[in-house]
Amino acid sequence: MSGIKKFVVGSFADEEILFPAVKNVRKAGYKIHDVYTPFPVHGLDHAMGLRETSIHTAGFIYGVTGTTTALTFISWVFTKDWPLNIGGKPHFALPAWIPITFELTVLFAAVGMVLTFCYLCQLSPFIKKHHFSPRATDDRFVMVIECTDKTNEGELQTFLQNAGAENVNVQVAETGWWIGRYDKEQVLYSQELGY
Amino acid sequence: MSHNFELPNSFKKWTWGLIVAGLLAVLYGFIVMHPFSHPTTGHGHGDDSTRFWASLLQNSIYFLLVVNASMFFICITTLALGGWQTAMRRVPEAISSVVPIMGAVTFVILLAIVLGGRTDIYQWLEPSLYNKASPNFDKILNGKHGFLNPTFFLVWSGISIVLWAWLGGKMRSLSLKSDEAPMTLPEAKTWMDTNFTVASFYVVVFGLTVASTLPWFWLMSIDAHWYSTMYSWYTFASTFVSGMSLIAIFVIYLKNRGELEYVTEEHLHDLGKFMFAFSVFWAYLWFDQYMLIWYSNQPEETRYFIDRIGTAEKSGAYHGIFFFNLVVNFLAPLLLLMKKGSKRNWTMVTFVAVLIIFGHWIDFFQMIMPGTMRENAQLLPFEFGVPCLFIGLILWGVGNYFTKHSLVAKNHPFLKESMIHYT
Repeated sequence: MSGIKKFVVGSFADEEILFPAVKNVRKAGYKIHDVYTPFPVHGLDHAMGLRETSIHTAGFIYGVTGTTTALTFISWVFTKDWPLNIGGKPHFALPAWIPITFELTVLFAAVGMVLTFCYLCQLSPFIKKHHFSPRATDDRFVMVIECTDKTNEGELQTFLQNAGAENVNVQVAETGWWIGRYDKEQVLYSQELGY
Repeated sequence: MSHNFELPNSFKKWTWGLIVAGLLAVLYGFIVMHPFSHPTTGHGHGDDSTRFWASLLQNSIYFLLVVNASMFFICITTLALGGWQTAMRRVPEAISSVVPIMGAVTFVILLAIVLGGRTDIYQWLEPSLYNKASPNFDKILNGKHGFLNPTFFLVWSGISIVLWAWLGGKMRSLSLKSDEAPMTLPEAKTWMDTNFTVASFYVVVFGLTVASTLPWFWLMSIDAHWYSTMYSWYTFASTFVSGMSLIAIFVIYLKNRGELEYVTEEHLHDLGKFMFAFSVFWAYLWFDQYMLIWYSNQPEETRYFIDRIGTAEKSGAYHGIFFFNLVVNFLAPLLLLMKKGSKRNWTMVTFVAVLIIFGHWIDFFQMIMPGTMRENAQLLPFEFGVPCLFIGLILWGVGNYFTKHSLVAKNHPFLKESMIHYT
């Protein structure tokens, strides 16, 4: 999936124009690479036909890993490796371990999910990503459409302008530095029922 | 949108069936258990009359606090200027309209217990405990006497119930007044301000009653020597999560009947989040109450847990219920509601809601019974019959409210926000 590709980039001034544009672009059969927005836009993932993220499942697995790590490690330390008499309480003092277990569950889940998120978004220190439009971090909603060998760029640019884009251009960029970006799988518009 | 809900026959059948079943159970207790006789064996040894009053106390307090949680929900969402709940706002309103009746019933039961001098329920009612000359003199209870005495108990309980009913009634009448005609912007602003003011008063009263003093009076004083700073929060969490479950059940019921056209999965998702989050909060307090005593080495405070869990040598009579509690009220909601899909699944939310309401009812059982019945508490048809009366009362009040008023607060300024709500 990675490599050098050609993209048609359209900037929109308002999310109210963006939503129908996303719908029309998908309806026309073009493949949306991504939409970059200055703030999270509710419902955009749904409009783009992205499938539900699996990061929750990953978080659950990390959390369970944290729980088991904490419980096995503490119980090994306090019952086998270095038993201490603390206030005459039993060596296997489960209530005392619950806060640590909780903390480690949260820590594992949080850190694991952040790393997974970075992987899915292909973010990493020292990796420079191509910016399709710097104004996506300010006040523009930037829709990026991937060109295939069948795409007619001129037609697509006119199409985007008609859909309400303020500024349209063609860019060649390298995307992806890691294989298997499963979060970007897109359902074709024609496959989606009830739309 | 503005038509009134017609109560289906099945709803009426369930309402009256449950009320009759509950009344039969209470009548049975009244005849068989001699509720006005006093146990001869002293404080709490499982006399039949103790069983009668303990069961009534458990159910009346539990269901009163559960229906009252609905009004708390309305008030906190009003104060937070929340809009998402507007589409189903009439459901918690309807549930909270039961507070006056339920409060009156609870107050009568408390009056009977306190004025009847039932030392088997509240041992601090015994006057000789405060007489220095008497061999019964109790230094600890004497120290608490300024707070824990019948006058303060009854007056404060009465004031609390009246304030809940009055302020709640004010919130409801404000909401119903908005149905009369659409409001202009300045009118809507004034209307919201009035709502805001009443809700603020309600929340302050709630903090001074449910979140602090009343659980001390009504429940913690059963084990009068023991105290826990977590107790009121624990009671609040217990009843609030049950209250949210009750709201969810009624919302789903109406949705199944084709009403509440603006309520979608998004609203259900938020209700599910409340149920999930407050189950975790309850578990946090469940654990903390134990942990604080265990960790800080306070042997004199372990009495409460010895009565329930028992000791290492001999497990207590409530050992099973105590840990069953953790399973139904924490593990089950945690695992069943964790996924987004299950919070949006009407069947799953209904199932968990029923589980939570039952679980916290059992929780109240183990809060009240060890101090009153010792190890002789029972879970027989009588114990399951009494709650039928209270559930029937809730159904009756809610059904009444549904038939009399529009199910959608159609002129509420935030209705649009609720309609397009998206999580």
